[in-house]
Amino acid sequence: MNLETFGLQLLNGITFGSLLFLLASGFTLIFGLMRITNLSHGGLYLIGGYLGLTVLGRTGNFWLALIAAGAGVAVLGLAIERVLLRPVRNRIMPEVLLTLGLAFVLGDVALAIWGGDPHSIPVPPILGGSINALGLTYPTFRLFMVLVGVVTAVGLWYLQYHTLLGAIIRAGVDDPNMVDAMGIDIKVVFNRVFALGAALAGLAGLFGGAFLSLYPGADSDTLLLAVVVVIIGGPGSLLGAIVGSLLVGLIDSFATALVPDLLYFTLFAPMVVILAWRPYGLLGKPL
Amino acid sequence: MGHAWHLVGILTAVALLIGACAPPLAPGASQSSGPIKVGFIAPTTGTGAASGNDMINGWKLYWKNNPSPVGGRQIQTSYEDTAGDVNTAVTKARQFVEQQQVDMIVGPLFANEGLAVADYLKTTGTPGFYPIVSADDLTQRSRVDNVIRVAGWTSSQPHMPFGEWVYDNQGYRKVLTICTDYAFGQEVCGGFLRTFAGERGGQVVNQLWDPIGTPDFSSYLSQIPSSGADFVFALQVGADAVRFMQQWSQFGYKDRIPLMGGEVLVDQSLLRSMGPEAEGIVSVGHWAEGNPAQPTQDFDNAYLKEYNQLPSYYAAATYSAAEWIAQALQKVNGNTSDRKAFLDAVRAIELDTPMGHLKLDEYGNPIATVYIRRVERRPDGLLWNVPIQTFQGVSQFWNFPPDAYLKQPVYSRDFQGLPDQLKALGLQ
Amino acid sequence: MRLVTARPTWPVIALTVVVLIVGLALPYLATSFYVSVVTQVLVFGLLAMSIDVLGGYLGLMPLGQAGVMGVAAYVIAYLISKAHWSWPPAVAMALAATLLVALVFGLLAVRTSGIFFVMITLAEGMLVWGLAYRWSSVTGAENGIRGISRPEFATVYWQYYYFVLVAFAVCAVLLGLLVRSPFGLVLKGIRDSESRMRTLGYNVTLHKLLAFLASGLFAGIAGVLYAWYNQFISPSAINITASTEAVLMVVLGGPGTLLGPVLGAGVIVFIKNILSAYVARWPTIMGLIFIGVVLFAQEGILGALRRTQVRTRSGRVQLHGEKAWDTLGTSSGSSPL
Repeated sequence: MNLETFGLQLLNGITFGSLLFLLASGFTLIFGLMRITNLSHGGLYLIGGYLGLTVLGRTGNFWLALIAAGAGVAVLGLAIERVLLRPVRNRIMPEVLLTLGLAFVLGDVALAIWGGDPHSIPVPPILGGSINALGLTYPTFRLFMVLVGVVTAVGLWYLQYHTLLGAIIRAGVDDPNMVDAMGIDIKVVFNRVFALGAALAGLAGLFGGAFLSLYPGADSDTLLLAVVVVIIGGPGSLLGAIVGSLLVGLIDSFATALVPDLLYFTLFAPMVVILAWRPYGLLGKPL
Repeated sequence: MGHAWHLVGILTAVALLIGACAPPLAPGASQSSGPIKVGFIAPTTGTGAASGNDMINGWKLYWKNNPSPVGGRQIQTSYEDTAGDVNTAVTKARQFVEQQQVDMIVGPLFANEGLAVADYLKTTGTPGFYPIVSADDLTQRSRVDNVIRVAGWTSSQPHMPFGEWVYDNQGYRKVLTICTDYAFGQEVCGGFLRTFAGERGGQVVNQLWDPIGTPDFSSYLSQIPSSGADFVFALQVGADAVRFMQQWSQFGYKDRIPLMGGEVLVDQSLLRSMGPEAEGIVSVGHWAEGNPAQPTQDFDNAYLKEYNQLPSYYAAATYSAAEWIAQALQKVNGNTSDRKAFLDAVRAIELDTPMGHLKLDEYGNPIATVYIRRVERRPDGLLWNVPIQTFQGVSQFWNFPPDAYLKQPVYSRDFQGLPDQLKALGLQ
Repeated sequence: MRLVTARPTWPVIALTVVVLIVGLALPYLATSFYVSVVTQVLVFGLLAMSIDVLGGYLGLMPLGQAGVMGVAAYVIAYLISKAHWSWPPAVAMALAATLLVALVFGLLAVRTSGIFFVMITLAEGMLVWGLAYRWSSVTGAENGIRGISRPEFATVYWQYYYFVLVAFAVCAVLLGLLVRSPFGLVLKGIRDSESRMRTLGYNVTLHKLLAFLASGLFAGIAGVLYAWYNQFISPSAINITASTEAVLMVVLGGPGTLLGPVLGAGVIVFIKNILSAYVARWPTIMGLIFIGVVLFAQEGILGALRRTQVRTRSGRVQLHGEKAWDTLGTSSGSSPL
């Protein structure tokens, strides 16, 4: 592999990793703070993407579509948490199975509304085209993805460690009863956090739709990637999500080039190994 | 716990007893009156959705204009989605044959679906008509009597002349192939390389294989600059093709390295979702909607009027297949219960279709016209494939004598018609 | 509070007899299509029962059983179709391979519990799927493996039905014996309270591992039967959706009842093969059933039926299924080790 190919694959890994981070951050937020494994995360991703697609089709405005994707799925998230998840709060198996059932429903509803054809979300013209630098030609939009990832990471970090809401959330994770006793309705906090996680999934759907296109089955494909990232990086850890997504992005990129026949093995094997020997992931904290 | 063992004993004994007796009811045979039932299986969701829908549209258009080909018996087609998944395709075929007792199965789309469904149809004897499934072996080494490639083709058929043409006319010598990793992609690529490399001596610098439904080609495309190839041969299906062309241009390869497309890379069903990235792309196919010949243009216009789209090969093939089957039905006076007579009639048909003149060779595959095409933009803004060279009477064996050709294994990951592979098999 | 198992009442006996008769005479009563569907129910019922050993009796629900089944299916597919082995050694090899994989997976999984158990079994299932999906030279990748010929005496659909029926019956009896044996009781004890069992001196980890092996063995048998059923195997048959549907069968039918999962299999197979021809939105229906069962009927169909038969001295009904749920632990209290 020469330098040019290596450089391109590196960029591929980093840009794909950024998309994964957007996707996984929502998943790890919900997992880490609410202990819920939201297996319908992929379904939320898909619906967000499709919502963005529709809005983009109607208005031609990419930024409006962004808002629609995020906000729309956030609202959906509020409803899901309140109606479905709260009754089974704190019971693992029911939560897992409920979100699984929800995944079925979301995927099928998406199919019913938006049909079976795969759709690509058109990239806004200012971000179309490619950039030439250091002897490499690379699509601008993919580089923009990295920017989005960085902004999201910074935003989430700031939220968690420098805002009151973040403090409340962290407190609620450590000791929900105490928070309740202090007069803060912890149920509402969790509900909003779930919505935030969902919104992140929806936004990821919009970008994923531009990057990878939206199609029936994209929900399970992306869910798997999110699970791999979160397990490797460490559930509940923001830094873990960053490290995990970059790692998975790079593995995916280089494995496709070097050992294409073992592609999924190279993703899932590390995951199994980490679960067996370091269940908290590379950077996770004990739950 | 003695009860449990008694139970086992009784069950086993009774089952064996019954099993030894006469077999029960056979699956329902088709009737000789009432509508002629057709079970149409094609993907209407997933990667192949756009092409699958074209399959249905082409089929429907023919019957719309010719509702009752045979006195008294109407054609009644039911449609089921295979989702491009082999298991689903077999399940749907089974439902059609065993539950609804159809007279024939038409479809599916993907080669691997087609092979599995053919395996199943072999056990029931139901006529199966494959205008789209191009798995080579179905008319070479693994023929199934009751599965006929009506208005169909083999994956490698158009690509063998293409390999020679690219070497002779374009002057390219070193190729990198990026093809979808399943039977169809492997046979298309194998056919192309059989002549380009196996016969002419062109060089293959690398072969990349991506799974169906690949969303992101970046890692494959990134291997091009350092490969030393002077052109890329690509075959992608369905939505993959659309994404591939988009990313091809996004990564800046459109102006850097020539791309030769296998059939379906820029097929009309996908071309209509593409933009400027597809203009000027050269590919091969047994259908070219930009062919100025009258039958093609007539069909184009009729299709455009009905569906507001130009027809792809998927539509042209199923339309031609419908015409073919209609003629065969007329020959047997609509009697579908005599399967042998019906299938014989189908095999004997020879007709002119929008795709050109079609007739089956002794192995059951149509001898067809092959077009080398280039994507051009029409005055009304639509993109279409215009022929730049035409080969008449191309069979599935190209210029190779059938017996010699059949000594090769079917094209696969392990056999791509390359010189050293041919030598190892003693074929060169 | 003692759990009193009821003696079967005579409606139950009558029902059993009817089911037996219908089961034995099915090819004479129904067309090949319905016989094929029932064959499928038996195969998936077996898979679901294998999951129940872990999910219902041990209290750890695995989300990757389709992958374990896939090992057997692919091994037998390869050996018969590509390597041209005869079927007896091929079956032996397939089951041996599955046991080996179950052992490795088990060793990794039994050290976890709660959500981490779910995750690791999910990952293990996907590992098998990933190999099947990309390892072209062996598995044919997307093409799958065709032409898996059945044993000579079971080639026609009704012969194959009886073959599967016998296999199913034998396995069901063996599993029934297993869960009622002292070993099975230990599993239930572990489900109820792992720490208590440890204090009592039981080697909990060993028992969990053996349960994994038992579960894997029967999943492997299901895999062989499945490969022969379609005479074809491809990756999509063993992906996460397949594993999820199998879990749904157990949950729907009633975890911890062994026969409940078979009932669940019947419902799911019915939806996928028969309902799907009439209702386009059947995945939504399946998802809603999932959600409904989780929210309102955690003991599943059979559990709910049994509730009408089980009484304890103090009057409160104790349900098999509910026990399985609660002892899996809570989100905030679980640890991965």
